[in-house]
Amino acid sequence: MTQAPLFHQITDFANRANPYPLYEELRKNPVLHEEEGGPYVFSSYWDIEALLHDPRISSDAANLAAGDDELSGPEATGLPPSFIRLDPPEHDRLRRIANSSFGPPHRPRRIDNMRGELGEIVTGLIDGFGDARQIDLVDQFAYPFPVTVICRLLGVPREDEPRFRAWVDPIVAGLDPDSRTSAESQRTAQEARLQLGMYLNGLVEQRAKEPRDDMLSDLVNSHGPDGAMTTMEVLSTAVLLLIAGHETTVNLITNGMLTLLRHPDILQRLSQDPGLSVKIVEELLRYEPPVQIVPQRTNITDIEVRGVTIPKGSRIWLVLAAGNRDPERFTDPERFDPDRGDIQHLGFGSGIHSCFGAPLARLETQIALSELARRLENPRLVADPPPYRQNAVLRGPRHLEIAFDGLRQAA
Amino acid sequence: MPADHVDWLRREGRIVIVGASLAGLRAAETLRAEGFAGELTLIGDEPYEPYDRPPLSKSVLLGKASPHRTELPHRREIDAKWRLGVAATGLDLSAKRVKLADGDEVEYDRLLIATGVRARPWLKADEARLDGVCLLRTRDDAADLYQRLKAGPRRVFVIGAGFAGSEVASACREMGVPVTVAERAGAPLVGALGGVIGAVAADLQTENGVDLRPHVTVTSLEGDPVGRVRAVHLSDESVVEVDVVVVSLGSVRNTDWLTGSGLGAGPRGIACDAGCRAFDFRGIVTDDVFVAGDVARSPHALFGYQFLSLEHWGNAVAQAETAAHNMICHGADRRPHLWMPAFWSSMFGVNIKSVGVPPMGDQLMITQGSLAERRFVGVYGYQGRVIAAVSFDNTRWLEFYARQIERGAPFPVEFPTMDRRPEGRQPVAADFPDPSLPTHGPTVTLTGYSPADQQLVFHPARH
Repeated sequence: MTQAPLFHQITDFANRANPYPLYEELRKNPVLHEEEGGPYVFSSYWDIEALLHDPRISSDAANLAAGDDELSGPEATGLPPSFIRLDPPEHDRLRRIANSSFGPPHRPRRIDNMRGELGEIVTGLIDGFGDARQIDLVDQFAYPFPVTVICRLLGVPREDEPRFRAWVDPIVAGLDPDSRTSAESQRTAQEARLQLGMYLNGLVEQRAKEPRDDMLSDLVNSHGPDGAMTTMEVLSTAVLLLIAGHETTVNLITNGMLTLLRHPDILQRLSQDPGLSVKIVEELLRYEPPVQIVPQRTNITDIEVRGVTIPKGSRIWLVLAAGNRDPERFTDPERFDPDRGDIQHLGFGSGIHSCFGAPLARLETQIALSELARRLENPRLVADPPPYRQNAVLRGPRHLEIAFDGLRQAA
Repeated sequence: MPADHVDWLRREGRIVIVGASLAGLRAAETLRAEGFAGELTLIGDEPYEPYDRPPLSKSVLLGKASPHRTELPHRREIDAKWRLGVAATGLDLSAKRVKLADGDEVEYDRLLIATGVRARPWLKADEARLDGVCLLRTRDDAADLYQRLKAGPRRVFVIGAGFAGSEVASACREMGVPVTVAERAGAPLVGALGGVIGAVAADLQTENGVDLRPHVTVTSLEGDPVGRVRAVHLSDESVVEVDVVVVSLGSVRNTDWLTGSGLGAGPRGIACDAGCRAFDFRGIVTDDVFVAGDVARSPHALFGYQFLSLEHWGNAVAQAETAAHNMICHGADRRPHLWMPAFWSSMFGVNIKSVGVPPMGDQLMITQGSLAERRFVGVYGYQGRVIAAVSFDNTRWLEFYARQIERGAPFPVEFPTMDRRPEGRQPVAADFPDPSLPTHGPTVTLTGYSPADQQLVFHPARH
């Protein structure tokens, strides 16, 4: 009996609810290459960690030997690639400019100062459950929360959100590395990306004239040592931040609540001690990372991993979620244990592309989970496993129905 | 029975740690974490609980952090007797006793020495006593210097352009205080990183308004009639009028108190084996005296078994953990301390980080970025292999180069790397100063002898 190649099973929806047995299979062959022209799949912690820091590994699709990624070129989309798909020095320049309006050293407190605002949004959403005794956590909480936050941070009017949701969904779908649907979904994704860019262009023109205290204004008016971004670069960056701020945190919060409901003792502890959320979120990033795979790397020269030569220009998939449960790295890796002291996970990647929004994602999820734990009386899962989205890269439940007995008062 | 002895030691033995700073604290925590239930005493000459030093030359000087708020966080309860504000003054190896400045004596079953280093003072004592002549090592030093910078001095003079001196100069410029830096060598940081990188550091300083004076030494400090420093005289016969002088001439290892103890301790530190056990002066390993942190010098397999003495934060932590582990376990469970040397600094808005032992390298290649942009990774080579790497604003790549060092990867670096420029295709001389000429002192010191050095003539004793 012939089985489908393992790397096809990664994108197979049948494995979505619990991909971890498959990842365990992958780790048995840590340098997996099953098909001519197919990807080299890496699933061991130490290999992934090394490759994320390897200056011979590129994020620029132009370095792929066999290019079916011509769609990502500027000709096809009208938008240049965002810094996540660029290499140094361009990557560094754009990321630095973006960071100067987001984090230290120029804006060290931008995220922390949002703490109160984040708490208010969360309280509002939970109050909004009203008298219901069952909710869909995704639609009623985990999605609207980070979307509201990223819109405020960037300066996108919240009322426009339904318009760009229609663009975001195909863009996110285009990130799924399923080769069978790749060409078509990527074309749709690029089209949506262009539409979103055009929408943002209107806001950018406005902010150039009347700057406000938001990231779009900062991006448009950046005049640091790295100079300014071009308008096109601002648009690419804004699209990136909007997408990254959309989907990943939704999944982190949803996976988080799902995991806690499967571990009622820890949920109980969290409801008593919101401070535990810091450890819980770190362990979640290891145990159920929202970005499961980095499928967009290639090597600019032949490299050797565990004695195998990876020819220049190969597709490289880094299965972060498999590395996060590598028994060579973590003790008892299949156990969800917020008390483990040693937790250098790959949940945010590592190296120059390590997650730009990590401080925000952490804070959002800490606040979200601790408030849900504190306010929901006797919460329980309605269906386990819940229905999942198609995407293997940005993996998470499409819906998460939770029943509960009532709401405790807001603090 | 040795096995029983270890069990007894873990249960009710007495462990004394001399040195209540980073290494001392981390060792104490590790001892408790690994189940040491006996009596633990920490002795420190400063009156403070262990505090963190890196902020002292950076955020503290800028007023962004209080010098009194840099306590090291405790990872766990250590249930120790603290003897703070009292220095150890002597060691009786055979009686297993530490003598203290207040006349007291503390007995131990096992001893950990983590006394670190202190700032090397200005060589002329009367000039060093002038008001306004400062050192920067302790929390009190930092509090004092911060007050002086805040008062808006006419000019600050920094003697020595190593990392600490350069960080002080950076803080001065950020606060708008005029600053002159004198360095005996040709550029800042040359002792640690060599002349090629030193030239980049020199540009960085002068572009940020530092009055940099390379190739000079300070001949004297001049005071006014009431004993305040007012001018600095230099070997090129120039005179600079100043209100504050920061002496930044590297460090002195705190081993004076061990003189006559019989331990292998001297100006270059306390020699120990890879398991952190101290050697006595005959080169025989002791079994109950351990060493960790800046004061230790231990052999490292990756660097030709040279004895390395590392003034690095991470080394203090790692060595303390290894020493503590080895102190309370059976011989076969002991671990070697083989930490990859690494340190970081930040100055003039640039993050500098290095891995490996740059001063051991004789050649350098810029494998990523460019010197002119001051954003790069430089790789040091020694006898055909990669021995160290340094980054300016490119920290996230260093892990890769650390792995190259561990693998003994070949040098020159032939393979293409991201952002490799034409300037990085050929190695150049790293341009370290002749080690026999003193500079401010690097933070890594190679203190061993290579078997290839045929400088010694050995005369065996005749019977």
